[in-house]
Amino acid sequence: MATRQLKWQLAKVVEIRKETPTVKSFILDVPDWTTHLAGQHVDVRLMAADGYQAQRSYSIASPPEVTHLMLTVERIEDGEVSPYLTDELRVGDRIELRGPIGGYFVWSAFDDKNDDSPLFLVAGGSGIVPLMAMIRHRANSGKKVPTRLLYSSAYQEEIIYRQELDHISANDSSLRVIYTLTKRQPLNWQGYGRRIDRPMLADTIWQPAEKPRAFTCGPTRLVEAVANCLQELGYKPESIKTERFGPTGG
Amino acid sequence: MKDNDLRLDGNAAGGLLNEIFPFEMTTAEATCLGCGTTRLFGEVMFYRHEMGAILRCVDCDMALIRITRIHGYYRLDLRGMSYLRIATGGHQHGTGHLQ
Amino acid sequence: MGISEAPWKQPYHSRAPTEGIASQQSAGTIFEVFMTSQFISPGFKRRAREADSAFKERIPPGQYETKDFPVLSAGPTPRTPLDQWKFSIYGGIAEDLKWTWDEFLRLPRETVTVDIHCVTKWSKLDTVWTGVSVDTLLKEVNLEAQSGIGYLIAFCDGGYTTNLPLPDVRGGKAWIAYEYDGKPITPEHGGPARLLVPHLYFWKSAKWVRGLKLVAQNKAGFWESLGYHDYGDPWKEQRYAGD
Repeated sequence: MATRQLKWQLAKVVEIRKETPTVKSFILDVPDWTTHLAGQHVDVRLMAADGYQAQRSYSIASPPEVTHLMLTVERIEDGEVSPYLTDELRVGDRIELRGPIGGYFVWSAFDDKNDDSPLFLVAGGSGIVPLMAMIRHRANSGKKVPTRLLYSSAYQEEIIYRQELDHISANDSSLRVIYTLTKRQPLNWQGYGRRIDRPMLADTIWQPAEKPRAFTCGPTRLVEAVANCLQELGYKPESIKTERFGPTGG
Repeated sequence: MKDNDLRLDGNAAGGLLNEIFPFEMTTAEATCLGCGTTRLFGEVMFYRHEMGAILRCVDCDMALIRITRIHGYYRLDLRGMSYLRIATGGHQHGTGHLQ
Repeated sequence: MGISEAPWKQPYHSRAPTEGIASQQSAGTIFEVFMTSQFISPGFKRRAREADSAFKERIPPGQYETKDFPVLSAGPTPRTPLDQWKFSIYGGIAEDLKWTWDEFLRLPRETVTVDIHCVTKWSKLDTVWTGVSVDTLLKEVNLEAQSGIGYLIAFCDGGYTTNLPLPDVRGGKAWIAYEYDGKPITPEHGGPARLLVPHLYFWKSAKWVRGLKLVAQNKAGFWESLGYHDYGDPWKEQRYAGD
């Protein structure tokens, strides 16, 4: 990882996509961007005319192979930054950001150390974002690393990237996507219908003997519960990477 | 909002720490003075608001680092760590000595 | 529309100035001095609901009134069970003072309505608190005989501390509060009990307070040791050391 001091830079919004009723993706042109690893994030800084500043971190949704950066932002009611991004930003507007940040919660298909490890990814809500960067990067790499994604959302309409996930997994048998909806399930729902718990993990994980690598991201409570369960199920602590998004991440 | 939800982790501190230490800091390793646990910063608890930022030990809540930025100065209280290891990220010269 | 009103509309590479631009014309050349090159996010404002205060004389300099009650957390919210909670006063006195929760609730209580001011610039007017006056607690200490005591350090669950001159908690200026707005203070806001010293910035009103240590020598607390003002008078805008 290069050692350098990150500088704030201005990114221009070139496209906005509505992913769900409360989630938007912003595709950004960042002139001085170098590269990044799947799982990294940027800090976004907003400044008001009176000098008041607010700053939040957002995971990069785009894989390293794509020129433009994608950030996917969930609008948090009462949030400081996310309502500004989802309500006010228009194509052509600019925002200040710095990055890429993070060497802990990252995955690369080209990292020799990862060769034999199947991936177990667990996402809660908008915690899917950094994991999606990993899934997109994996698809671009052509490496069929055996991967399972367990993805928890409250309602079906809140599943971010659903079409893309279904499309990738339909065309790649080495990626399996397992959904769980915690609040309401539609008729004929095939996935789980409750919060992630130990039996669900026990049913879906790679066995510890397969030397899996686990990444889990989402609300703090979910992340901590999953990390604890995985350890109880025999995962070594160093094989589990966590990233917590509190509501203050909004 | 439950208090657990107000807590982020050291991943979110990466940008701030990089302002002070020009290195990748989420993989920096620290040993807590309170309980002796060693962890990567990406795993520790991070609290931040307008007054300042605090990184806390996962196991005993000890403040590992406290940071403020006021009137052009960073102030750091590092007393909660007995040890901090940061990857230089540059070429190794093989001697093990500081250049 | 002048340049300083819409800097974000200028291409980034021209580094359009924001406020405070000073421009001088000299011998046909225009020099622009950039006070800041900070990018202003158009339409962005702080979230805390500001009120255009009808009581401007009650709002200290640099503050704005809010109807919210923001929570600032420097650590996990402590949750001490009430049957284990004790409040202590010690330091330089003959005997340590201690109250259990039940004993504390039996002390004379007061309800006060005060304005509070946070160093992060919000002020909240007419907040109602119920608790025990620090004067009531200090009645049991013969302070006149302890002429060496000039300061105190409030200490709390979770390790937070703040320092105060002794006179600033006497004479009806400070309470150990356990109710806000007629209801028990919630853990996020410092419950079961917090220090309340409304004439100073609110970081001095230590949440989850467990006692007061009386000392001869002043010692900087949690925020004071990191550059915040040692005293913290909002009317003198003493936010940071050196102010």
